[in-house]
This record gives sequence, C-alpha cells and structure tokens, in this order.
Amino acid sequence: MRHVAILGGGPAGLAAAQGALAAGARVSLIDEGDRLGGQFWRHHERLTDPRLQHAWHRFERLRGALAGGGAQVLVGASVWSAEASVDGVRLRAVVGDADGDGRSAIDVDADAVVVATGAHDLALPVPGWTLPGVTTAGAAQALAKRDGVAVGRRTVVSGSGPFLLPVAHSLALVGSHVVGVHETSRMPALAGGWLPRPWELAGKAGEFVGYVGALARHRIPYRTGSAVVRVLGRDRVEGVVVARLDADWRPMPGTEREVACDAVALGHGFTPRLEAALALGCAIDGDHRGRFVAVDDAQRTSVAGVFAAGEVTGIGGADAALAEGAVAGFVAAGGALDDPRLRGPVAARRRTHAFATRLERAHGIRPGWTSWLDDDTIVCRCEAVTRRAVAERADVPLRAMRLATRAGLGPCQGRTCGRAVEAIVAESGGAAASVGFDRRPVLAPVRIGELAALADTDPRT
Amino acid sequence: MIRITVDGEPVQGREGQTIAGVLVGAGRTAWRTAQTGGRGVFCGIGVCHDCLVSVNGVEGVRACRREAVDGDRVEREVRP
Amino acid sequence: MRVVVIGAGIMGAACALALAERGAEVVVVDRVGVAGETSSRCEGNLLVSDKAPGPEADLAIASNAMWRDLAERLDADRPAGQPATEFEAKGGIVVAFAGGEAALERFADAQRATGIRAEAMDAAALAIAEPFLSPEVARAIRYPDDAQVQPSNATQALLATALRHGARLVIAEVTGGLGRPGRLAGVRTTAGPIAADVVVDCAGPWSGEVAARLGARLDIRPRRGVILVTTPMPQRVFHKVYDSDYVGAVGSGDAALQTSTVVESTPGGTVLIGSSRERVGFDERTGVAPAAAMAAKAVRLFPFLEHTTLLRSYFGFRPYAPDHLPVIGPDPEVAGLVHATGHEGAGIGLAPATAELVAHAVLGTPTALDPRPFLPSRRGLRETA
Repeated sequence: MRHVAILGGGPAGLAAAQGALAAGARVSLIDEGDRLGGQFWRHHERLTDPRLQHAWHRFERLRGALAGGGAQVLVGASVWSAEASVDGVRLRAVVGDADGDGRSAIDVDADAVVVATGAHDLALPVPGWTLPGVTTAGAAQALAKRDGVAVGRRTVVSGSGPFLLPVAHSLALVGSHVVGVHETSRMPALAGGWLPRPWELAGKAGEFVGYVGALARHRIPYRTGSAVVRVLGRDRVEGVVVARLDADWRPMPGTEREVACDAVALGHGFTPRLEAALALGCAIDGDHRGRFVAVDDAQRTSVAGVFAAGEVTGIGGADAALAEGAVAGFVAAGGALDDPRLRGPVAARRRTHAFATRLERAHGIRPGWTSWLDDDTIVCRCEAVTRRAVAERADVPLRAMRLATRAGLGPCQGRTCGRAVEAIVAESGGAAASVGFDRRPVLAPVRIGELAALADTDPRT
Repeated sequence: MIRITVDGEPVQGREGQTIAGVLVGAGRTAWRTAQTGGRGVFCGIGVCHDCLVSVNGVEGVRACRREAVDGDRVEREVRP
Repeated sequence: MRVVVIGAGIMGAACALALAERGAEVVVVDRVGVAGETSSRCEGNLLVSDKAPGPEADLAIASNAMWRDLAERLDADRPAGQPATEFEAKGGIVVAFAGGEAALERFADAQRATGIRAEAMDAAALAIAEPFLSPEVARAIRYPDDAQVQPSNATQALLATALRHGARLVIAEVTGGLGRPGRLAGVRTTAGPIAADVVVDCAGPWSGEVAARLGARLDIRPRRGVILVTTPMPQRVFHKVYDSDYVGAVGSGDAALQTSTVVESTPGGTVLIGSSRERVGFDERTGVAPAAAMAAKAVRLFPFLEHTTLLRSYFGFRPYAPDHLPVIGPDPEVAGLVHATGHEGAGIGLAPATAELVAHAVLGTPTALDPRPFLPSRRGLRETA
C-alpha cells in the first residue's frame, strides 16, 4: 500500500488526506499545531466562539473522513527536516509540548508527500511597529479565535486584502472597539480586481460585501486608499498616524491624522511557508510580488513524489486550498487526474485560481510603501536592523548583505522581514529577489539535545 | 481557571489558553526585553519568535504556541 | 602592472588589497560579488592551535600576527555601510577527555617548539575561563593567539578597502584566457575580455575549474563543512573551545563524514557549533547526519547546550589540495597565472600572509615568508594532477 505523508493540517492538508485515503493510500498527516484545522480553522473546543469560524461543517466533515479512513494524525509535531530521494521522502519531527525540551523524535518515511504548509501574514514595516501592542492581523485573529481574547481595547486594523474584514469582525466579537479598518489599496484597484466577471468569484464578492455589512453593523469604518503609516507611543502603542495613499501606496502629504488606540493589527497579504518545499528540492516560481512552489495540473512539484497544495502554491484562500489538496492527495496516492472523483475539485480549482489573480490585482503590494519608512525604522525586528543599514549594503550579494547587517539572521530567520528587506535592497539598486531568504535548512526549532539524540540511531554517523 | 506566575507575579487565565492568550487576556503586552525595548506577541502563530519566554526553566518557548498549564513558571528573557 | 584577481572571497579580497596598495592596477572578477560563497559560509577562524609543526603552521603564525594590524586598520578606516570585521582575540582552549591527555600534550609540546604559544591550564583556571564546560574534561591547553573575525564582513571590508585604493570589481564569470597557449594575457568573461599582465586565481573550491578554463592544470577539490547556529542566549562560552580530535580531521584524506567539536559564541549572542568535513563534491544535500553527530559531541563538551535551540545550519565548500597544503605562487606551465587557493578550512586565517606571498610572486615585493613549500610546482601537487 502506498504511504502518503501530508505536511500541514489546514484546509489543503486535510483535503489532501481525504483525497489520498479515497485513492486507497495509507496516510500520515503531520501538523505542528495542537489541533487540526491550520490557521483557517484554528480553534479550541472550550474557548472558540463559533461565530468566528467559517465553513466549520467542512472541517468537521474532513476530520471525520480522516478518522473514518484510519489516517495516522500527528499533531504537536514539528517537522524540522525533510529530505526527498529516489527511495521516497523522509520527514523528521519532534512531538510534544510546543518548544519543549526532550520531545520524542518521530521519522515519517513515505512514498510521496503533499506539502501543505500554508502561509503566514506579511506585515510590512511601519515606523514604530516594534512597540508592544502592534501585532499582525493574523495574531489578532488567532488570539480571538483560539484564546478568546482581544489584542487591545481600541484597535486599528491596517493593511490590504479581504482578510482584514473577518479580523475586524472577530475583534469586535471578542470585545475590542475597532477604531477603523484601513485598506491600503484604492478604490480603482479594488474595483479592477473585484468587479469584472463576477462569475469567476464564485460567491467571494458576496462574502466580501457581507463582511463590509457586518462591519457597518458594528459601526466600524472601512476606508480604502488609507493606511497606518506610523505607530505612536513610548513603551507601548498609544496611537497611530493614518494617511491617504496614492495608487502606488505613497502617503499623500497633508492627509496625515492621528488616531488614539492601544493596539494595531497589520496585514498586507500572506507569505507562503516555502522552507519544507525548498528542503525537498522543489522548484519555486514567481517574481517580486511573491514566490510559490511550482506545480502542474496534478499539483506535482518538480521533484518526483513531492506534491504541493494550498497557499504554498499561491494565495487563493481556503476554497482553492481545499480543491488543490483534494487533487494533490488523490494523485499522490496513485490516483489519476482524470478520475471522475476529481471532477469537482478540478473545476473548483480553476475558479479559485482566477480569484487568486484578482486578489493580487486588487490588493497586491505596491512599491511606494517604502516611502512611509524612516531611515532608522527597524525592518528586521529580531536583530533591530534599520532600513538605512540594509540600503547601505544593498550592492553586495544577498548572503553577504545579511551577514553584514544581520537582517534576517535572528530567531525568525527572515520569515517576518524577508520580503520587506528584498524590497529595500531592490529599490536601493541591489540584487533581484531570490529564494535566498526562504532557504532554511532547519525547518522548525529543535533542541540541540533532540538533534544529538539522533546521532546514536542514525546508521550513517 | 488556571494560575501561572510571570516573573513571580500571579496571572490568571482560562484553561486551554496559550501563554500568550493568558498574558494578553490579563492586559499584558510586553514580556520580553529586546534590543529596542519590550516585545510581546506579534505574529501569534509561531513565526516571528517575538513572544519567547522561559517556561519552568526551559528557555526559548514561543508563548503563542505553548498551552499554559496551571502552575507554569513563566520568566522574561532578555536579548543579549 | 595590471592584475586580474579571479574571486571576491577572502583570498581575492586580501590579494586585491595587497596588490593595489603596492601599486598594481587591480581588477577583481567574481560571478556574484563579494563574499558570495565560501567566505560567507564558514566560521572565520584565525587559528594556530590546530596546526602541526610545518610550513602551514609557520604561515599561520605569521598571518595571525598580520591579522591584528589589518583588522585594526580595516575597522578604523571604515566608511558608512562597511561592516566591522568583528575581530576578536578571544583565544582558544583545546580540551581532551580521559584517554586523550597524552596525545594533546605531545601535540602542544611540538607546537611550542615552533613558536606557538600553548599554555597548560589547571582545573581551577579552566573553571574560571569556561565555567559551563563539562567536568569530564581531563586536560586543557590555552592558545592565547587563536582569534576570529566575522568572515563575510572581513572579506567585505578588505574588498571595500581595495576598491578605495583603486581596485575595480567586475561581476562576471570567467570563461577563458587571453593570450597564447602557455602565456596568459588576461581573461575572457561574460562581461567582455579584460587584458592583464598577471591573472591571480583565487576561486577557492572552484579554482581548479577556473585554472582549466585558463589552460592550466590544478587539482583543487571541494570539501563540505556544516556548521550549526543556536538561538541567541546569554554568553556561556567565552573562548573558542575545541575537542582535541579536531586536530586529526584537518589532515585526513578520508572521504567519509568526520566531525570534531568546535564551540564558540558570536557577538550576535548565538553559539556556533562546528564542524564537519565530507568529500562529496559540490553536493548541497547535507542530510541530518553531520548535524546530529556535531550536536552530540557539542553536548558532551558543554552539557547546557542540550537544552538550547538550533536556529539554523549552513554549509560551505572548502578548497583542498591532495597534500592538504595551500597552493600559492606561479603556475609552473602557464606564464602570467598565479594561484592562491587550497587553504581548506583555514583560508580566512591564512589570507593576509597568502596575499603577501602573492604580491611577492606578482610584483617582486619583499617577504620574510618562505614561498617554496606552497608553490604550485611542488611534487605533492603535480603527482596527482
């Protein structure tokens, strides 16, 4: 029996598991979280307000399918190494308390793997963004959904993309006063992305409008062409400066105004978590707007036996992830792409891919954002590296720049600042963006002792 | 209800919450000392490592990923 | 005199500066730019402790002394944006576990005879110097002259200084030589031809390939080394601390994985754990075996490391010659070609002295160093080429 490993328990991974089971494979699904669902269905049985969940019935159905199909489910499992060879795929994980000491080691050897590692928020730097009280939009959402707490009493949400709307809604439901939602993109861009060919959006436009309505009911202003361009405060957030922006996301002089708040949630889209795919050797596609795992119609990557689905292949939302996952899992298990059982997912995938393109057109990051930075604005939060430091070393190779400035060398390994640093390097005349920032051979933190424990058992040593 | 200590001070939270959830719920925003001042939760999903704390003597635990357990001893980390 | 230096790693940058300061017109050619490969993928060791008596030890002693002045000069004369070398004369401590004491003492005795300072430490001194070291350590020798730089930054500082002395950097790949067979008159590159009186091959692990493109034969191969980096933490390691098995690995020709423990802190607060050596060509798939073996040995040396977190790992390719000696000097068959390569894991430390020998070979400037053991014409190199 073919063994399919699935890396990630969000919508794409769950759908992949279901697809692989349907095609007759043995399935192991691995996720670092303590529960299945990924970020989209992040939850806790006792703490989550059900009004904050979306399409929850689909989650329950998928979870049921896994249990019914006898899939091996490993949660709280951090995969820190992934290797592909002609013999198959080997994932190494430690299982136990998050960042615990002396967790147990688990190796998963499989014939194929579906990389469904998803994405995380991309929060662009803003002067003052290291002040306590500034979080990503995803953090505000996660704390609201998983822990039932609000990041602040008065919260300003700023960034771009439809995700800001459910975040604001969640904040309101857990008791925060949401002072405003600032969508950085301007109306013409939004209209260009959202309005034409509504049939391609498959209900997404309706969802969007529904959220805008929900915000109105909570009396939350939704402003477009507007953004937080500075965070104010001494030891913590005391307010923000918001400004109107031009089409390139440059703040328009004279439009700045101060708004009092104690929390700021920033989200300018999403960045795929590529490190596992890169460790497995997968080719990456894309440009300065984003790099993703390259896949074909059957979600195959450039490496035999390695498939990818969901946000690692393009930011398309949960519906796209579900469709891609279903295809990836089914084909990884040996099923055929033209199998009648895949007709639904294949059609859904086509629709959702159109949505991804339009999302980028409406909400994609514009290069003028760097003009809201000061020279001494910290870009790399871990190592406190300023925009000036990066710009001054922009003319050397990326690796040398990182070592000279320490940008991206800290505990997050450039996950938070990578895209912003690349943008500053590029506008300062430096090297074109490359996968350099995404290559992280240690996929997740692992204790030296946990690594040392493998020395005795690894025959190659 | 669970009780943990943060740098010796008692903090209450709800059973099942992450350490970050307990701290944010208690109105705390900064619990680590970085080069530029206080830091707390930023990404909330284990990516940014801004919320690191020591838990029961073990360094480098992401507060947003670790479920709080009654009696946990949480201590501030100071970036050298 | 016009000189093309191929490679903008530590060796190319050091040679460019030495040549430019001595009046040559220098053009540095590199396919990616400064410190794009090996020099940004190593530890920055300036060691004498690991050198057995012989010509390389002599070179290391001279180079170690030269680094002190050089680093001070680079750091003092530093325009905005140029990184500091992070030179630190922290000293090394080589330790032996039970059973290894005699070998370590014999080695240190032989080193003292060549002028390397090696001081025996008693248990009390060791406990003060490295309070977190394993109590199982049976013997320790301190090498006060061991030092380090941040290798990428030091390379960037060297090249930036060379450029201020009039050198030029061209980002291009060398595709062939100019001139006639046996007499090089410059290089062809992807950015066009560059005429030169002398070409210096500083292409590190790729220097054999570069030599071939220039019509010469040079047997330089890559050896892969992996290094582990922990998350930042309060400082608990105060010197470079090695297990004495380090000494055995450097000179070995065995292709299989070898690891020996080197543990040290960096100014960024991280702890570096090295190092492994594997002869696997330019294979980038390191697997976990080297990391696991190094982690196990590091924990034996410093038990506290068991609980610390691995942040990242990186690897680089080190250039080595079949007889494990650096290759410095004129090519015996192609006139106008000079090599400066084959320094294996010691290139950062040996760069200033190597650059002085290169200046001697190219410009005839004086040197107190003996160039003969490193000449590309030596028997140990030609027999296998």
